[in-house]
Amino acid sequence: MGKTLFDKVWDSHVIERIEDGPDVLFIDKHFIHEVTSPVAFVGLKNRNLKVMYPERTFATADHNTPTVNQHLPIKDRLSAMQVKALEKNCNEHGIDFWGLGHKKNGIVHVIGPENGITQPGLTIVCGDSHTSTHGAFGAIAFGIGTSEVEMVLACQTIMQQKPMKMKINIDGRLSSNVTPKDVAIYIISKLSSSGATGYFVEYAGSVFKEMSMEGRMTVCNLSIEMGARGGMIAPDEKTFEYIKGREYAPKEAKWDRAVSFWETLKTDKDATFDKEYNFKAEDIEPMITYGTNPGMAIPISKSIPEANKSESKSSYKKALKYMEFNEGDKMIGKKIDYVFLGSCTNGRIEDFRTFASLIKGKKKSDNINAWLVPGSHKVLKSIRDEGILDILTESGFKLREPGCSACLAMNDDKIPKGKYAVSTTNRNFEGRQGPGARTLLASPLVAAATAITGEITDPRDII
Amino acid sequence: MAYDKFNILNSTAVPLNIDNVDTDQIIPARFLKATERKGFGDNLFRDWRYNSDDSLVDTFPLNNKKYRGKILIAGKNFGCGSSREHAVWAIYDYGFRAVVSSFFADIFKNNCLNIGVLPIQVSESFLAEIFSEIDKNSKSNFEINLENQNFKIVSSGKKKKFEISTYKKSNMSNGFDDIDYLINKKDQISAFANKLRY
Ligand code: SF4
Repeated sequence: MGKTLFDKVWDSHVIERIEDGPDVLFIDKHFIHEVTSPVAFVGLKNRNLKVMYPERTFATADHNTPTVNQHLPIKDRLSAMQVKALEKNCNEHGIDFWGLGHKKNGIVHVIGPENGITQPGLTIVCGDSHTSTHGAFGAIAFGIGTSEVEMVLACQTIMQQKPMKMKINIDGRLSSNVTPKDVAIYIISKLSSSGATGYFVEYAGSVFKEMSMEGRMTVCNLSIEMGARGGMIAPDEKTFEYIKGREYAPKEAKWDRAVSFWETLKTDKDATFDKEYNFKAEDIEPMITYGTNPGMAIPISKSIPEANKSESKSSYKKALKYMEFNEGDKMIGKKIDYVFLGSCTNGRIEDFRTFASLIKGKKKSDNINAWLVPGSHKVLKSIRDEGILDILTESGFKLREPGCSACLAMNDDKIPKGKYAVSTTNRNFEGRQGPGARTLLASPLVAAATAITGEITDPRDII
Repeated sequence: MAYDKFNILNSTAVPLNIDNVDTDQIIPARFLKATERKGFGDNLFRDWRYNSDDSLVDTFPLNNKKYRGKILIAGKNFGCGSSREHAVWAIYDYGFRAVVSSFFADIFKNNCLNIGVLPIQVSESFLAEIFSEIDKNSKSNFEINLENQNFKIVSSGKKKKFEISTYKKSNMSNGFDDIDYLINKKDQISAFANKLRY
């Protein structure tokens, strides 16, 4: 029987299959950051272990770092301690550390691809659930806990049960103003926030073939929001083109060998999945969330649905109460206080280009606090080099420095209690963007349209 | 990190009948700033347990003196969202040794098993039975037998089997973690690494 893309990559990394237990899986690349790694290093020390392959681990500071005045010492004492601990641990164990101010610094899932570390056919892990981003390259990439970070540091392996396989196929043509973010939120709204738990997803169909690499990253990034272990897309010419010439990409003869291997990474015709879904591109509209998990989403032009059976009623009501929304409310026209553009979901250069394309020549609404946070220093540099910064400035927007920022609000970038934020991030959980903050997830286009009018706005209504 | 061996646990339980509890609720991001694994229990369910002036939210089950015990009974899709193991550290540090739900998020479940918190998945109807049992009598006892993979409502004697792999079961009952297993495999791992394309 044929193999899926996922089988091919997974099976080629299994060192041992334990009967009625997990597989011992070799990990090619490992990313670490300041928040989920310190305890793992303490673990190594307690067991008197060294890092087995330091050259396979890459470290960045991103989760709790400030997005203004990064050249100054970090003010928050605990954040400063975590970043310092990471630097010290990396120095001690010979791991590359891209700290604040480093030209390769940025959000962990942005810097992997942009430096060519993320490649097809690899196994990639990181102590952050949105590691699924790297699946856009045809890699198996997923988030792990700190005990597993310790395992990878110590043994370059982790022990995992092989997940089941799911295929999500979308054919057809997306309407204009429908972005990869909308595609992902649409899928989650159909499957629910737990609909893919236990599965690893392969995205297939013409929509993903035509999608840019950055768009594919946005889609794979959000796989975890429907519970999936990860998501992946078969590598193709676009993938190779994106990787070529980047610092860590294979060069010369090695490049040719790599490409001929990467070309074999696709699902065989006779391979089967445990579950398959088919959607039509034409059915997808710009989306927005109204509740407190990413599955609670609707097309932006629609009203908040009545509680149904699938979401147990009390949890549904609790979510709406937190948001101070009612069943039947229209989304369009709701007043918004904050707009956040950034994160590993939508903090790449294309997202800034998209945002800028809509706001160009218009003015930011006075009632909107806009936080625009590039995913990395490279993204920041492109924003400057491409003239996007000028467009933003003319429209009354300011740019911050790279990091996770209000995606998880571990630094000072917290949406105040009770305020509404249209955010291009990945989680609208209670308090995710600050205690009491109310998050509405949407695309960079919806964020831009909202930033201009001050209320939830369909980008198709902005001319 | 070594943890206490798990065998038979007999305890009352704390009910948290909410679906889709994500790890941001279990421990909000602003409490992830430690560099050591200590004291996370204090901030378990922080924003549900405490008002913004740090006073207790009386209606939250963990603050209700009626409910005590080493077992947390939770709604469907527990532990979704962020991969932060701090969520399980907080649960463990607070004193829970087992979490029962009808559905767990993957990473959360792995994290539990790695640090010695037993995740027990039961059917939705059995979960409802457990909640109603606690409703009737908050002092009701439950018994978890890892060896036999049973969860029992002591008062009625009703038992249900739960799944756990042989490997994880032996880890839990011996207090081992995966690294204890992997360090003995280093030769095999480096032989594998040497053969790799990259
Ligand atoms: S931007 Fe958000 S989701 Fe992405 S790595 Fe940072 S905290 Fe995690």
